[in-house]
Amino acid sequence: MVSASIVGVLAGLILAPLLGGIINRVKALFAGRSGQPLLQPYRDIAKLLRKGAVFSTTTGEMFGVGPAIGVAAGVVGLTLLPLGGSRAPVAFSGDFLLLLGLLALARFCIVLAALDTGSAFEGMGASREVAFSALAEPAMLLAVGALVRATDAQSLSAAVGAVWKQVWQPSMPAAVLVAAALAVVLLCENARIPFDDPNTHLELTMIHEVMVLDHSGPDFGLVLYGGALKLWIFSALLAGVLVPVRCGSPWLDAVATVIGTFCVAAGGGAVESTMARLRLVRVPQLLVGAAVMAALAVLLVR
Amino acid sequence: MGWEIDPILVTLVLVNLLLLGGSRLVTCIRLVAVQGVLLGILALLVQVGWSPTRAVLLAGGSVLLKGVVFPRLLSRALRGAEIRREMEPYVGYTPSVLLGLAMLALTVWVSSRLTLPLPAASHLLVPVALFTTLTGLFLIVARRKAITQVLGYLVLENGIVTFGIALSHEAPLSVELGVLLDVFVAILVMGIIVHNIREDFDHIDTDRLASLKD
Repeated sequence: MVSASIVGVLAGLILAPLLGGIINRVKALFAGRSGQPLLQPYRDIAKLLRKGAVFSTTTGEMFGVGPAIGVAAGVVGLTLLPLGGSRAPVAFSGDFLLLLGLLALARFCIVLAALDTGSAFEGMGASREVAFSALAEPAMLLAVGALVRATDAQSLSAAVGAVWKQVWQPSMPAAVLVAAALAVVLLCENARIPFDDPNTHLELTMIHEVMVLDHSGPDFGLVLYGGALKLWIFSALLAGVLVPVRCGSPWLDAVATVIGTFCVAAGGGAVESTMARLRLVRVPQLLVGAAVMAALAVLLVR
Repeated sequence: MGWEIDPILVTLVLVNLLLLGGSRLVTCIRLVAVQGVLLGILALLVQVGWSPTRAVLLAGGSVLLKGVVFPRLLSRALRGAEIRREMEPYVGYTPSVLLGLAMLALTVWVSSRLTLPLPAASHLLVPVALFTTLTGLFLIVARRKAITQVLGYLVLENGIVTFGIALSHEAPLSVELGVLLDVFVAILVMGIIVHNIREDFDHIDTDRLASLKD
């Protein structure tokens, strides 16, 4: 007897890179191109894992360890992540703090690896990444805090499981605000367009991309996979709020949430195709706006 | 009842926060217009139960004035002036938004301790009314341009109207119509004043008027 929660983790591990493929296909659709195959991210990762790596002589231990910790944190984070009504394999009171901590740990190690190269350029990217996440994390914490406060649950699984009965039904505006804040944080944390352009390789504009420039081969493959896991965690969490299908059967709930996750990715692609990147000075304003929306949701729920 | 009007109240709060964080004057004027229209809908939803004619009359008048006439007047005052943005406010935009959040928390706390003579239609109505009033006051105090201060005055008035909606069947129709008329005259006069300040001094920064000596 395989429980739905274990399958949820496996689905996350297997399907995570697919989200990037969906985003790229939606962007191609908007631009009128046929686009790369849906499974291209898998091929990229497989190709990179087979390649050899080049290490600069200035790098130390941390350079190689960073991407591995990034993936490890993502995998552990997946075990805490509920898929809609189906509980996560690991759920205890306060586990949402651990999930946020794991995401922070992954970022911290990637940043350290970037600084380890000794390149001023990567240092600049690292500094931007940290500056943005310092604003995105309070927003995320407030959004999840609103969910937890509304549902009176201690664990993320219980909070997301009760999102329809305890958040949408009594106070729809609060649910919409939480979803909006989570969506903004998703775009920021995963270096998507209003904050960072994943396609750009222009020195002064890229943020996340610049931190991983020196990684090559398997290390870069791990960076890509870790990024995909992170995108999956955020999208599944957002889908858990946006798709409040709670029909009692964990399997159906999980399937609905996975479909919701794909829709979130498609929505991200649509945002990316229709919006321009924000000027750097506007980014903190948008993130503060997200934090304010989440705080408003905290005040709204009783 | 609460289920229908809560989204409107939350939108009102969001409009207030956008006003605190927005620098483009045209956008601010539009936001205040949106707020006026929302207030009209709110009044209609809350009051239509006990006197439909009166509610429709008041809501219609308020939407017409605040949603159409005031924005026109203000845009006209703005048109000749070579300003599009409120530059260098006394309090920056991001701090303003954060202060707005603090004000919102304060009003939620205050209204939870406030005993009303009769129950409000929604537990959010009173905090939102107080918050809108505070936002208006804040805009008057923390912004430099005369036009933004006029907008602050309008937002302040919107907050008081919201408070009136919470306790509306206490106020007679003539009082509410009188208030609308007063606001109309006030905006008209302020529009003319802004226009004249600009004609004479080529700017509408009120802080520079402090050094005027006769």
